[in-house]
Amino acid sequence: MLARAIDQLVRREGPRVLAGLIRWSGDFDLAEEAFQAACTQALEAWPRRGLPRRPGAWLTTVARRRAVDLMRRRRPDLPLEAGLLEALAADEAASDSAPEVEDDRLRLLFTVCHPALAPAAQIGLALRTLCGLTTAEIARAYLESEATTAQRLVRAKRKIAEARIPYEVPPPERLADRLEGVLSTIYLVFNEGFSATEGESWIRADLCAEAIRLGRLLVELLPGEAEAEGLLALMLLHDARRPARTAPDGTVVPLEEQDRTVWDRTLIDEGTRVLDRAVARGRPGSYQMQAAIAALHARAARPEETDWPQIAALYGALLRTTPGPIVELNAAAAVAMAHGPAAGLAWMERLERSGALAGYHLLPAAQADLLRRLGRSVEARAAYERALALVRHPAERRLLERRLAELG
Amino acid sequence: MQYIVLIYGSEKGWTSLSKPEAEQMYAEYRKYSEELAKAGVMRGGSELKPTSTATTIRVRGGKRQMTDGPFAETKEQLGGYYLIEVPNLESALDWASRCPGAKDGSIEVRPLAPSMQP
Repeated sequence: MLARAIDQLVRREGPRVLAGLIRWSGDFDLAEEAFQAACTQALEAWPRRGLPRRPGAWLTTVARRRAVDLMRRRRPDLPLEAGLLEALAADEAASDSAPEVEDDRLRLLFTVCHPALAPAAQIGLALRTLCGLTTAEIARAYLESEATTAQRLVRAKRKIAEARIPYEVPPPERLADRLEGVLSTIYLVFNEGFSATEGESWIRADLCAEAIRLGRLLVELLPGEAEAEGLLALMLLHDARRPARTAPDGTVVPLEEQDRTVWDRTLIDEGTRVLDRAVARGRPGSYQMQAAIAALHARAARPEETDWPQIAALYGALLRTTPGPIVELNAAAAVAMAHGPAAGLAWMERLERSGALAGYHLLPAAQADLLRRLGRSVEARAAYERALALVRHPAERRLLERRLAELG
Repeated sequence: MQYIVLIYGSEKGWTSLSKPEAEQMYAEYRKYSEELAKAGVMRGGSELKPTSTATTIRVRGGKRQMTDGPFAETKEQLGGYYLIEVPNLESALDWASRCPGAKDGSIEVRPLAPSMQP
């Protein structure tokens, strides 16, 4: 029990402490190693001696001392002045002032999400440093070997150091551009957790929680950014549907068949509040639009009450700001709901001819659903079969098989 | 820190430029070079002769193996470089994004390793 509480405390305080250590030492790798050592020491010392009054400051002090030791050991050739590093290690109280500490986490977020790093590396570093996941946990979440994850993290940290990726919040003229990258990295983490419905589901649900944690952090640290709020709202509103998204046997439950009474009302309320705040800023963006679509779904107590014309209009707006074949497919599906299956089907057929979604199972799956509703069962069957030939996830496969069987 | 800014683009495109187009391109590069110099970050740079003049050499088992042409045949070729000295990668990327070649080619930015210790 105590161990768990301590673990949670370390995780809560950790990112702040680590971010501060990186700024203090100017060395990502060294800071992380020293921080890990401090955490290990905390887990050992705190149960015996009780919790320190300021756990964050305790961790910082211990980690700095450790960093000094490490620095000495790594570069024995460096003519370090004996007193200098001890002095650095001792001044933690002075630099513990709140605003600067907050800035550190934001700096860290922008550094690990720097576009000069591969997306997978950005994600790994963010989960490692800002969410406090272990390398093993990240590897499990991304279904890869621990060695692969570890190597990616090492390589990324090396690039930060060697190419000198700055540890800073980008200047105002770069902020919008860089923020977009940070948002997209966070959303990738969320989607990775959200698209998984079985197997390692516990840790993958955790990825959603971690993405939401990062989203909250960003909203807290960069107040007034409408798209950051839009992304947080979007994730909250999607996460609210989680309990209804899979049947007990692991089959995906489509939106219109979900038991809406188990949707998480607290998350929906929070998501809606965050979205309202974002929209009021008068700076629309694609995350806000997607969140608005999710909010319209969340508002409908029964599928028939869904405001499809409004959703179709939002997809239209989304297509203008962020064009792409997948958005187009969703837009076509919304048009089918708003204005009848035939209209949506015609659009999907154009999309199919363009070849932009070749190999993507959800296109024939969506076509099949519309053909089924139009009573064109022979074509519907063929489309489901095309989708089945492409689908990879077993939970999605089961849904398609069920639909095919229902055609009789 | 010093970074090399490598300018990759379609060599075919460069050689097929009309005279006024080529003049405009050189004017843009002159302006860019002046900006680098004025900011005090320029440490060197040059246009390269075409890849048809390139020779790639490897020494294997003490024997020299030479091939005609650049190291890798790719769609885009190295056409020139700048050497700049700026505080960090962010600033290097800012400069690289202003390079005329960034508009139709690709710019690779790489930090220089510190000079070798004896």
